[in-house]
Order: sequence, then structure tokens, then C-alpha cells
Amino acid sequence: METPNIAHAEAAVEAHHHEPQSFWTKYVFSQDHKVIAMQYMITALVMGFIGMVMSWLFRIQLAWPDHNLPFLRFLMPTNMESGTLQTPGYYMLVTMHGTIMIFFLLTAILTGGFGNFLIPLQVGARDMAFPFLNMLSYWFYFLSCVVVTISLFVSTGAASGGWTSYPPLSALAKATPGSGLGQDLWLVSIALFIVASTMGSLNYVTTALNMRAKGMTLMRMPLTVWGIIVAAVLGLFAFPALFAGAVLLLLDRHLGTSFFLPHLVLGGEHIVRDGGSPLLWQHLFWFLGHPEVYILILPAMGITSEILSNGARKPIFGYKVMVASLVAIAFLSFIVWGHHMFVSGMNPWLGFAFVITTLIIAIPSAIKTFNWLGTLWKGNIRFTTPMLYAIGFISTFVTGGLTGLFLGNSALDIPLHDTYFVVAHFHVVMGLSSVFGIFAGIYYWFPKMTGKMMSERWGKVHFWLTFIGSYGVFWTMHYLGFMGMPRRYYSYDSYQFLPPSMHTLQMIITISALIVGAAQFIFIVNFLGSWLRGKKAPDNPWQANSLEWQAPTPPPHGNWGPKLPEVHRWPYDYSVPGASADFVPQTVPVEVEPSGEHHSAAVAVNGHGHTNGHGNGHHA
Amino acid sequence: MATAELSLQQEFHEYALRSPFKASWQKVMMWVFIVVDALTFGSLLVSYGFTRVSIGTWANPAEVFALHIGGKEIPLLLIAIMTFILVSSSGTMALAVANAYERKKKQTVLFLTLTMLLGLTFVGCQVYEWTHLIMHGTRPWWNPYGPPQFGAYFFTLTGFHGMHVLSGVIYLAIVARMVANGTLDRRGSYQLVEIAGLYWHFVDLIWVFIFTMFYLF
Repeated sequence: METPNIAHAEAAVEAHHHEPQSFWTKYVFSQDHKVIAMQYMITALVMGFIGMVMSWLFRIQLAWPDHNLPFLRFLMPTNMESGTLQTPGYYMLVTMHGTIMIFFLLTAILTGGFGNFLIPLQVGARDMAFPFLNMLSYWFYFLSCVVVTISLFVSTGAASGGWTSYPPLSALAKATPGSGLGQDLWLVSIALFIVASTMGSLNYVTTALNMRAKGMTLMRMPLTVWGIIVAAVLGLFAFPALFAGAVLLLLDRHLGTSFFLPHLVLGGEHIVRDGGSPLLWQHLFWFLGHPEVYILILPAMGITSEILSNGARKPIFGYKVMVASLVAIAFLSFIVWGHHMFVSGMNPWLGFAFVITTLIIAIPSAIKTFNWLGTLWKGNIRFTTPMLYAIGFISTFVTGGLTGLFLGNSALDIPLHDTYFVVAHFHVVMGLSSVFGIFAGIYYWFPKMTGKMMSERWGKVHFWLTFIGSYGVFWTMHYLGFMGMPRRYYSYDSYQFLPPSMHTLQMIITISALIVGAAQFIFIVNFLGSWLRGKKAPDNPWQANSLEWQAPTPPPHGNWGPKLPEVHRWPYDYSVPGASADFVPQTVPVEVEPSGEHHSAAVAVNGHGHTNGHGNGHHA
Repeated sequence: MATAELSLQQEFHEYALRSPFKASWQKVMMWVFIVVDALTFGSLLVSYGFTRVSIGTWANPAEVFALHIGGKEIPLLLIAIMTFILVSSSGTMALAVANAYERKKKQTVLFLTLTMLLGLTFVGCQVYEWTHLIMHGTRPWWNPYGPPQFGAYFFTLTGFHGMHVLSGVIYLAIVARMVANGTLDRRGSYQLVEIAGLYWHFVDLIWVFIFTMFYLF
């Protein structure tokens, strides 16, 4: 038989013996997964900042519709001439806020940022399987960011038909100002983003499958890696539908086809299209759209599981079930997309099927929540900043998950559809939770990435302001939803059914949003300040077990020096009875220290976790 | 230096065996890519089915794609020839892979070249078909045979597939060059040929689906 791996070996030897030296190959066109991770992360955070500023502008409009804030004109010269946000500008901002946050911040930072940094380090590889493709992935992402940013500056404005870009608004160039060049650039940037994400995900999956260090079996991989690769597979399988949709929509826009266009009258004129269906776009879009929200939540779940176990100094509760529930959620996410379309026109029996599949997702989600709480139960919890964010993740995930039970049910969704209740639900369960997972991850792995510690004190201030402020925004929003307040409206003045008190709620939301926004500056200063002049980080500041903490800080090119690490146990050997410390790294042989790998699950089920690190725990 | 290189070779040799699929990362990556690409084609084909069912009427492909030979109309003749050509190219590709495993450089290059020629012939037939339909008035927004979506999906589906065949020809040309100039000998593995073969067979398989769903129905 062939021995195909020598080919790889040759390439690898070449790659690892020539560490890049020049500035350009080392920091710009780098093929090192750690540099690419930082590039992804910082680009995504910058995009996220832009998305956040957008939300301030439309929130100000919603709370104080008659305001006049001329000092904001520099932000939007064409849509805020008088210091008041104009209608087209408002639609543009809500559309681009959603697009930027979902694709360019959350998807990019979780898979591109954390995936790149953590997968090779946590499975014990020297780099990604295909470093060149990895570099290409980042530059396609960068290009898509450039295109979407340019679209903000075209004279007719950026896309403004919602982040879902439903036709006909998105198909007819004359439908709204943003349906012109702005919508074209939106489609191009999304297509580029899909290419980037596909190239990245191919690497994440193959690296985790093929490049694991000796002893790193699949069931010894940290849950972070599981979360990221399951999300990568979701992306690989779901994005093609949106890619095909984007191609068809571009053809509708420029080649005169009618894939998504029925016969319409636009501005008194009959358009020359016929026979297409806007519903087709909705199906294609949501076949991606629903798995997409799990692309954002699964890596955050992985990060949370990792940090909870470390912060509680306890083995993760039910590791195998955690992996199984990740996979179950991922599978279910492909057969629930119709719940976004209950009011779009759907056979009620089909809707019924989608209700059932949607509600089934509650089972694996509840299992995960139960296991997180089981991990915390009787733990020696260290309330560090990453730990606070991980606990915050559980809080927002449960809150948002519960409202999901309302919306997954078509009988309730039909009245609640397109109200602020939906906006509140998805922001809490997918936006906030995923952002909390990201912050947990940044505070946790920052020392390994940069070699410096972040300020704990300012981290905690950042956490509490963000946590309370976010609930101020979204808890309040649920009430507006119950009042029947429709989403995406520029002005609510002419709706008799809305009581005047809704203005008070709108103001509470906006003020909370501005507080949360202000809190992010604390994060920015902490991030940059710690990077420049933070305290030097030890190799393993959190006393963690997984492989990345056994590498030097920050890890050099090739990560492990001359010899690859060898793995002897799972990453959750915290507080093992009989061990000399309350953590045993994965590289320590079982002969040296005992391991809880094989019986921890049984112990956990009996409720007799060896929870307290110092031997004063519960003895069965 | 020599020992360091040896240990790294060892390292990477072990990597392949660590995959649950007992395959090298290159092969795993190609398989995953194939699934992604299949889903892209799947989305287009499902969209086609959605539109066709929702419109209700459609053109009769047997008439549209008939050839006039000696005053007779033979339905789907060109498509049958194209399908035969593409399926044959899968045969030559399989021969190229078989020869690559036996490290027969000349034969490998020969069969790769044959595969490329068959691929180009297929694309040539497609160019003829497109020209023919365009000459008879078919446009993305209108056609004389049925609802406008007939032409739109025809150009989209066959165009997207044709692009895949063309990229495959370029891909095979690069692989053939690497076989011919000894790059693969120096790497000690001809697996690249097999991986390129996976892609080529996949593109052929997609044609079978397009053939069945667009031309036969």
C-alpha cells in the first residue's frame, strides 16, 4: 500500500524548519494559526464595534424620536443632516447591525478566532492541516469585511431590507434606496464570507480529526474543540444553501431572471417578471439561517463548559452526554428552519411538524444546562472574570431558551411574530449568550495569546455593567413584544394600540444599551492596556489541564518545541481524590497521578462528586 | 538535522492513522469539500424543483434538446453523447489512479490527459448546446419553449456544472504536471492523483443528477 503521509511530512519539515522572518510573512501574510487567530479576532472585534455604534444610533431614534443631536452628524452625514436619523438611514442601520453582528463579528470570532487559536493547541498539533488555505480563509474574510464596509459609504446607502434580505425588496434595485448598489455589495460580501468560512472550516474539521497528538482520542478532546468543530460542520453544510440563494438573487438582480420574483406592481408600473417565488428565498435563507444561530452558540457552549469545569475545580458533569447533546442540537438545527416562516404561508400540518422538531431542541439544551449546573454544584468556585462570564452565559442561555419555547410554538408565534418579543428572544439566546461566551474565552485565553494578564478588577466591572445592562435592554424588550409592538418600524407614533407608557420602556432600553456600550470601552482599554503593559502571564495561570496550558506562553512557531506532547488522560481531571494538586494536566501519565477519567461520570450520577479540592468534600 | 526531520516524518505519519477514517487529512478534506459542493448543487436542484412544481407548466426537454439529423428529430441525442463522454472520462480517470498507484508515470500522465480531453469535449458540447439555444431566442428572462424559469435554470445549472468541469480540467492539468516533472516522486506519494480523481468522479456524478432531473423529467 501507499504511504501517503511522507508527502505531508516533507511539506511539514519544510514549513517548520523555516520560521517566517520578515514582518510581512510573520504578521501580515502569516500561515501560523496563532497569528491568523489574532487577525480574525481583532478584525471581528472592530466590525463588532461598528455594529454596536449602529445600534446606538437607531436606539436613540427609538427612544427620543424628536431628538436633535447635531454632534452625531459626523457619523452619518447623508442620513442625519438635521441631527435626526432619517427613515432610510434607520433601515440601513438595523439591517447592517444584524448582518455585521451575526456574520462578521460572531461567526468570524468564534470559528475564525477561537477555532484557529484553540484547535491546534488543544489537540496537540503544530499548526492547521493546511496552513496556506487557512491564510487564504482570513484574507477572504478581510475582503468581505472591506466590501461590507464600503457598502456603508455608497451614495444610495447600504442594504436596508433586513439582515434576511427578503425579496422583492432585495431583488428589485428600485424598491428602496438600499436595494441598489448597497444590496449588491451585501450579496458579494456574504458570498466572499461563505468562501472564507468554508476554507476555514475545512481546516478546523480535518485538523481535529487528523492532527491529534498521541493519546488524544476523540473522547479526550476538550469540549471547546467539540463545540467549534460541530459548529464548523454546521457551517459547511448550511452555508451552501445561502450561497446558492445569493447567486440566484444576483442573477435576479442583474440578468433579468425571476427565481424569486412574482408579478409585481412597483410604483404604479408592472414589472416584467413573473412566476418566481419569494418563499423560495426564505427557505434557502433559513436553511442556513437556523443552523447559523447554532454556529454562534455551540462554540460558546464549548468555551463555557471548559471554563466552568476549570473555575469550579470539578470534572465537567457528563462529558459524553455533553458531546452527544452538541451533536444532537446540530442535527436538529437542520430540520427546524420552517419555524421562521409560520406566517409566511405554510401548510398548518407542515408548521406542526416544524413545531415538534423545534421543541425537541429543548431536550439537548436542557441536558446541557443541567450538566453545567451539575458541574457548578458543590464546586470550589473561583469567581474570576472568565468564570463570571461563563456563569452569565448560562443565565442568558436559560432566559433566552425559555422564550424560545413560546416562539417555537406556532400558536404563540403567529401573534408574537415580528414583534419585539422575537427581537428580545434571539438577542438574549443567541446574541448575548454567544457574546458572553466570547468574553469568557477572551479573558480566559488572553494570557496564552499575548503572554500578559488582563486586569481582573476592570474585567469584573466590565462584566457587571454588561450583564445588568444587557438584561435592562432585553428583559424590557419582552414587555414591548407582548404589547404587540412590531419590530423594524422607524416610528411608532401613529399606532393607537400602543400605550404611551411604551415610550418609557423604549427609553429604559436605550439608556441601558448606552451603558452597555460605554462598558465596552472598559474592555477595549483593558484589552489594549494589558497587552501593552499588563502583568506577565505564567504558563498556566488558571491551573488548567488542557494541552494549550502546557505549551510555553505565548506559544512559539510550531507550538511544542522539538517534541509533540503525549496525552494520557481527559482534560477534566480536577480535584481527583489522591492527586497531589487539584488539577492534573493531560500530559501527566496515569502511573504518576490517578485519573477520574473513567469513573467520574458514574460518580457524578450518584451525586457524590469529589468536589472539594482539598479533601474535605463529600465522602460517599 | 537529519534526526529532527526523521522524527517530524514520524510525527506526521502517525497523524494520518489518528483519523477516525484512517485516511490522510488531504483525503478527508476533499471528502468534506465534496459534501459541501454536493449541498450547493443540491440547493440549486431543490430550488429548480420548487419553482417547477409551483409554476405547474414546463418546457418539454425532449423537444428542446432534440437534434435534427437527416430530416429526423432525435430527442436528447446530444445529451446522450455528452453523458457518454463524461462517463468515459470517469473510466480514464480510474485508469490514471490505478497507474498512479503502480507509479507508472507515463501511463498516469497519458490517462490524465485523456480525461482532460474528454472533459474539454464535454464542455465543447455544452458550448454548442448553449449557442444553439441562444440562437433560438433563449435568454435568462425569456425562452420560446416554456416559462422563463426554464431558461434561467438551464443556464444556471449547466453553467455551474460546466464551471466545475472546467476547474476540474485545470486541476488535473496541475496534477499531471506534478506527475510529469517528478514532484510526486520526490514526495514519495501519488495520492494527489487519487484525490483529484475523487473530485472528478464527483463532478461526473452531479451530471447524472442534472441529466436525470433536468433533461429526462
